[in-house]
Amino acid sequence: MLTKRAGLKLATALAALMVVGSAEAAEKLRLLTWADYVPKDVMEQFTKETGIEVEVTLSNNEEMISKLRATQGAGFDLVQPSQDRIAGPQAEFGIYKPLDMSKIKSDQFIASMLEATKKNTTVDGKVYGVPHIWGTDGLIVNTKAAPKVADYNDLCDQALAGKTSFRSKRPALIAFAFANGMDPFASYGDAKAYTAMMEKVGAKLAECKKTVKFFWDGKDQLLNALRSGEVVAAMAWDTGGWKLNSENADIKFIAPKSGALGWVDTFAIPAKGRNDDAAYKWINFNMKPEIAAKVAATAGNFTASNGADKLMQGKLKDQFAESFPKAAIDNIKWYPAVPAGIEEIEGKILDRLKAGS
Amino acid sequence: MTMRPAQRLALFLLLAPAILWLGLLIVLPHVEILILSFSERVAPRVYAFGVGNYLEFFTEPLYWRTFARTAFMSILVTALTLVLAFPIALYIARVAQGRLKAMLLLLCLLPFWVSELVRTLGWMMLLRETGVISYALRSVGLANQPVELLYNDGAVILGLVYGGLLFMIVPLANALESLEPAVVEAGYDLGGSRWTVLRRIVIPHAMPGIVAGCIIVFMLTVGNFATPVLLGGKNGLWFTEQIYAQFITRFNWPQGAAFGMLLLLLSSAIVWLGLRLTGQSLGTTLKQA
Amino acid sequence: MAHSTDLDIVNVTKRFGAHAAVDDVSFSVAPGEFFSILGPSGCGKTTLMRMIAGFEHPTSGDIRIRGKSMIGVPANKRPVNMVFQSLALFPMMSVGENVAYGLTCRGVSRAEAEERAHRMLERVGLKGFGERRVTALSGGQRQRVAIARCLVLEPTLVLLDEPLGALDLKLREHMKIELKQLQGTFNTTFVYITHDQSEALVMSDRIAVMNQGKFEQVGSPRELYHNPATPFVASFVGETNRWQGEAASASNGAISVRLPSGAVVQGQGRAGQGALAFVRPEAVALAQDSGALGNLPNRFEGRVSAVLFDGAASSLLIDTVGFEQPVRAVLPQVGPLAGIEVGAPVHVGWTADAMKVFAA
Repeated sequence: MLTKRAGLKLATALAALMVVGSAEAAEKLRLLTWADYVPKDVMEQFTKETGIEVEVTLSNNEEMISKLRATQGAGFDLVQPSQDRIAGPQAEFGIYKPLDMSKIKSDQFIASMLEATKKNTTVDGKVYGVPHIWGTDGLIVNTKAAPKVADYNDLCDQALAGKTSFRSKRPALIAFAFANGMDPFASYGDAKAYTAMMEKVGAKLAECKKTVKFFWDGKDQLLNALRSGEVVAAMAWDTGGWKLNSENADIKFIAPKSGALGWVDTFAIPAKGRNDDAAYKWINFNMKPEIAAKVAATAGNFTASNGADKLMQGKLKDQFAESFPKAAIDNIKWYPAVPAGIEEIEGKILDRLKAGS
Repeated sequence: MTMRPAQRLALFLLLAPAILWLGLLIVLPHVEILILSFSERVAPRVYAFGVGNYLEFFTEPLYWRTFARTAFMSILVTALTLVLAFPIALYIARVAQGRLKAMLLLLCLLPFWVSELVRTLGWMMLLRETGVISYALRSVGLANQPVELLYNDGAVILGLVYGGLLFMIVPLANALESLEPAVVEAGYDLGGSRWTVLRRIVIPHAMPGIVAGCIIVFMLTVGNFATPVLLGGKNGLWFTEQIYAQFITRFNWPQGAAFGMLLLLLSSAIVWLGLRLTGQSLGTTLKQA
Repeated sequence: MAHSTDLDIVNVTKRFGAHAAVDDVSFSVAPGEFFSILGPSGCGKTTLMRMIAGFEHPTSGDIRIRGKSMIGVPANKRPVNMVFQSLALFPMMSVGENVAYGLTCRGVSRAEAEERAHRMLERVGLKGFGERRVTALSGGQRQRVAIARCLVLEPTLVLLDEPLGALDLKLREHMKIELKQLQGTFNTTFVYITHDQSEALVMSDRIAVMNQGKFEQVGSPRELYHNPATPFVASFVGETNRWQGEAASASNGAISVRLPSGAVVQGQGRAGQGALAFVRPEAVALAQDSGALGNLPNRFEGRVSAVLFDGAASSLLIDTVGFEQPVRAVLPQVGPLAGIEVGAPVHVGWTADAMKVFAA
């Protein structure tokens, strides 16, 4: 049992500790991002240069939006959703705050990409996102086991029954729409036409489901299945394909005939972010060519940083060149901003896809 | 009973944490979910009161079919768990003695020292096409090509039964342990066969334990998320996935909230029906559990 | 075809490891007999009974019921029913269902089983109790349900495993009489095991006294009480005075025993060097002056050390010259010695016939 005086002393000591603790707590940047976007050495260098500590939380598009929605935009100082997932959720939930473009060094970005992203993320005349990393969705194919796969529809080939995979998420709907001669982006504004189109795509996918081994969910799950040969062709991100290609030359990332889907992950600031200065510092720091090159190498993707490509390692460049001939680059379908309500239509199609057996 | 003020204060202080816990962590979130479930989106950031989210469940076959499927599979899982757990519980309660008994219970408990996710991943390693069982089947010549045991309802049921087993065994063993050995002997002595004794004496005696175990396993199963998602693959749509999808990928919280409330209500209704059909009361069951 | 015996136990032995719980026991029980097995706990009587019921299997020997060997016959196929020490009523069933249970197991139709259970309950004085829960019955009523549950099956043999043990004294005394009457009414053969000699003496036609896996003596209650065959029977059945000494002289069944104090007592029996002498308290005559005991071979002087008043079973402890322990005698409730107090001088004596002597 503590005596009264000893207790008092202890309390004083504790209080003192807390004061010291809070005074010494470094400035902090709470970053909500994707796996592999924050290499350790980049983070350490940033802390060294600015004195700001970076606290990283890993997530994906849907979870980022849901997390911010739950707190009405609080809890993080900087987030990295894809460029097409900013305008819609912003209109619906108001979870971001407009960017002060004067605080961003625009000349560090590839100009065309910056302009396109600004355009896609503008709501009521205000810009909410700038580009960071970009890449594509296409096909990862074990060319020895499935030499004929060249487009999304080939994943439904009976000859590959039980050996293909895609995600039961919106990219699959978009991809199969293009593969079957439709243009989903053109119908984004027309809910009725879009619903009809998605019904058709849903029917196609329901049939295709028979040949699918599983709808992949985590990247590692898919890569393991491709490595072991359980899956021989899948719709997936280019970066995974190139990673496997480095391990096994038979596995290649292929830009599908109907076009790879191009995505751009951005920087956006949550509505109730507490440390905007640190956020801008992190953006400008990350877009420096030498830093951006490091990040791109870790992520296995490409960067929107102007000049970083010259610093990239040769391997990835070669792989990109093999996967993307000139025509394939031109054929990349870049996601336009997703209008509010589109997820609702797609969601029901995807629910049905999973439910029907 | 009268209490002095000091006693009453002490009682209040003792109960305060429990009341706070119940109120803040259980009642309050449910009330919030309930309110949320009655709001409908009219336009961006504009919501109105309405029962549309509930209507959606009953008018869209997809949703109530998913629930029906989930409920049916959960009942199946509960029944299988009961059938599997009964002999184990009987052995633990009536045959095993001393250290063996403790060891068996520990053995049942062991899988719960790791998280559900890890347990499920363990099953995936065993069942996948390039997994242990497929390999073993091939090496003893029972299969001539890799066998895929994952991503079907069987795998989901297996995983769920495995996860529910302990929660069935403990209340069952508890109930069976209190059965006096002489009563069982009397059952035989008066001419009963093994089956008669089981049916007329052992099972009726264990009934509160059976009901308690079934309620726990059913509720755990119907509300499970990781196991059906991971083991079920492309066909394993569970109702909780619908809730997750509404909340996370569709950003439709009111719909997700309505589904959540419906899950609570409908599974409670199934439990109630089960109690009525077996003629048990919740009171005696809770005492047993 | 009537058989002359209902139960024959033939050289039955049951070993648990090296320990013989029942050691080469043989006996027969006649139809309609109330047969008790009396012994201290751990003597093997429960094992013996469980072998008759079919819950244990003899290591060697045979168990026959009406001449038919029961070896290999499971408990639920034997014409034997048991009343358990705890009664083991089925708490999940009503009184009527408890009684009808055995009948339905035999394939008797539900309606008939209910009817017969109903009649049986009437015969044991539980008319109208059929719908009650067994937990709502008194101790005596539960006892009757347990017996009715057996009797309704009209078994050759009813085994009773100390069923009165859990009852309070008054009810136990009452149930002793009731059990005996029930057995008489139904004329069913009862085998009753107990460690309580009073239960055995009151109810039984014959008693087997069991000790360490063996039968010490089988006989009627009177035989056991008055002519115990072994010192164990003499001391286990009924109250008795017991002294140890040396055989001084013996002839023709008469024997004199010298106690350690040097005092010599006269008795009947046989002994080697060491001798055990037993005298029932009621055989000890008391008198205020020694002249009244003039013709008794054993006469001693003493002083009352304690009065143990217990109604008809009251006794006196008398510190007697020559005896290490006080002599126990029945407290006289009438006559000149009625009202005798502690400290009063008294003379004690008994006949040679009343003192049984065994080899120590």
